[in-house]
Amino acid sequence: MTDHDPRIPRTAPIQSATFSNPINAEIRRAAATGIYDIRGGGAKRRVPHFDDLLFLGASVSRYPLEGYREACGTNVTLGTRFAKNPIELDIPITIAGMSFGALSGPAKEALGRGATLAGTSTTTGDGGMTPEERGHSAKLVYQYLPSRYGMNPDDLRRADAIEVVVGQGAKPGGGGMLLGQKIDDRVAEMRTLPKGIDQRSACRHPDWTGPDDLEIKILELREITGWRVPIYVKIGATRPYFDVALAVKAGADVVVIDGMQGGTAATQDVFIEHVGIPTLACIRPAVKALQDLGLHREVQLVVSGGIRTGADVAKALALGADAVSIGTAAMVALGDNDPKYEAEYNALGTTAGAYDDWHEGNDPAGITTQNPELAARLDPVEGGRRLRNYLNVMTLEAQTIARACGHNHLHHLEPEDLCALTMEAAAMAQVPLAGTDWYPGKPGTGY
Amino acid sequence: MATYDIEADGLRGLNAALQQLAGTTPNEPWEVVNPRGSHAIAVGLDAPLDVTIKGSTGYYCAGMNKQATIRVAGSVGPGVAENMMSGTVIVEGDASQYAGATGHGGLLVIKGNASSRCGISMKGIDIVVHGNIGHMSAFMAQAGNLVVCGDAGEALGDSLYEARLFVRGSVKSLGADCVEKEMRPEHLELLADLLERGGCDARPEEFRRYGSARKLYHFNIDNAY
Ligand SMILES: Cc1cc2nc3c(=O)[nH]c(=O)nc-3n(C[C@H](O)[C@H](O)[C@H](O)COP(=O)(O)O)c2cc1C
Repeated sequence: MTDHDPRIPRTAPIQSATFSNPINAEIRRAAATGIYDIRGGGAKRRVPHFDDLLFLGASVSRYPLEGYREACGTNVTLGTRFAKNPIELDIPITIAGMSFGALSGPAKEALGRGATLAGTSTTTGDGGMTPEERGHSAKLVYQYLPSRYGMNPDDLRRADAIEVVVGQGAKPGGGGMLLGQKIDDRVAEMRTLPKGIDQRSACRHPDWTGPDDLEIKILELREITGWRVPIYVKIGATRPYFDVALAVKAGADVVVIDGMQGGTAATQDVFIEHVGIPTLACIRPAVKALQDLGLHREVQLVVSGGIRTGADVAKALALGADAVSIGTAAMVALGDNDPKYEAEYNALGTTAGAYDDWHEGNDPAGITTQNPELAARLDPVEGGRRLRNYLNVMTLEAQTIARACGHNHLHHLEPEDLCALTMEAAAMAQVPLAGTDWYPGKPGTGY
Repeated sequence: MATYDIEADGLRGLNAALQQLAGTTPNEPWEVVNPRGSHAIAVGLDAPLDVTIKGSTGYYCAGMNKQATIRVAGSVGPGVAENMMSGTVIVEGDASQYAGATGHGGLLVIKGNASSRCGISMKGIDIVVHGNIGHMSAFMAQAGNLVVCGDAGEALGDSLYEARLFVRGSVKSLGADCVEKEMRPEHLELLADLLERGGCDARPEEFRRYGSARKLYHFNIDNAY
């Protein structure tokens, strides 16, 4: 080793932006295990999002409504196209499908309780409908998934709406995996599989492929449920214009579109971070598809993936959605990733806010687990109350913004109320860059 | 005998009439005429009904059946008896893809041949096919029994869980994790019962049994491809 000449400054150690510490750690983990990383949650990287939009607010050219005095409606009706009994909700924020199996029984119950108190719907998930969630959800959407785990015509008939799941934003084109640790007797029995084995959920439906088949599948579901309940089609955001148009052609009453930030219970990290497009990028093309078919507002659009605040709700609605749906935020409201469990997160090799091994079943907050001791940490009544509070706050926030923009209903928010902070957001949301009347990629250039 | 003409009176009226009998014990058999390939005929039934469809049907005939006995005097399109819970569905002719997909219970008998993905993701249904079955049959099949009196196509039982497969003829190839297994006395007994209920005169001893090697039950990189 040669001695360093103290008169010559050293080069500063520079971390590579390309080979960053997290990337290098993943390379080492992959080299050690030979297995890709599976985790819960949604995309963690920064992508253009609702934070990149601002509301303009009323001034001289438009006048605002009085904050606490003048009415600002929040209700929404989903499924007006073909269903005899559309779903009437007090607020345009629904609880997204999260499976019993991924979530504990008390967590599902808490979601049902909170949604019901707030006047909105909740949704089953892969694994079927539990009596607890049916019992505690005034309005329950029954997911019809590729795996058909627990699929039962009696539950179908008990549902207030049916959601045909084609894909999720976290993994468009992918199936699911519920690791054996979470398969206790009850989950195993509901899914007709041996206890303790890793369960794969198929990536496409076993008895139809493509939009023409989907149309016939929807016909069958309607015939079985007497055309009473709305049929939603849920898609992961990839080619929103065409996928929404085809879902509508197939007969959907409601289209749910889930962007890449949308959470999942367990998926390969590479899938979560690299497949699908941001929520912000999918709304305008989806709305355009509905408009081109003359069905905007007649077929309702529900947007999900990274909705956290009343501002996000208001922005999604302003871009043309009829409602939004939340998964991760509802879990956080129940206590997921709460710093009060920091010591336990540390013991699991992580920290509050970053915990995403939801598939392993060791959740200190007792939400993504089937371990009875951990699950007992979540009181479903208290959890329901917390979720109700959170849903109320988001609704109040969205109303505050709508009134400031001069609207007496959340659905009167419009793209003209918005501007963008970045070129990317301006292009994706098709609203002008703040302070200009310009955005990249004018309509008419096609999608 | 109640007769319903789909062509004249429409699909909705038929399904509504049959579904209305849920929870009852009807004794009058139903005959459905002029199906002409219509989809979703006799779906979502929930009573011990006796329904005969005189002709061929489209997709999802007898879908999600509970309790009813549904006979098709013809051939069926994709997804016959999909997600059946209980009851019996008998097809006199051939069946298209996905016959008995995800069925949780009951008995599906196909007197002709069944196409690809017969018994895909089956979860407790019993399926008896008098003829041959196509490729990828019993894919991810979880529970129940699939009996094939003829031959099976490629990749039989790929990613199989606990369903039992019995084939009398040749198997073009076995799918991942599907292996031939020993036919023990309890299997012969089970098969004899299935053959009898399926109206086959084949002898159980002529069949081979296939099942899961259970090597894919735990996620392991050496099994991925
Ligand atoms: C724990 C968990 C389980 C989920 N399970 C399902 C499921 O069973 N079916 C489904 O369609 N989507 C499932 N999702 C996705 C949600 O329905 C929804 O699309 C997503 O959570 C929305 O994005 P957000 O989490 O950013 O709110 C799940 C999400 C989470 C977080």
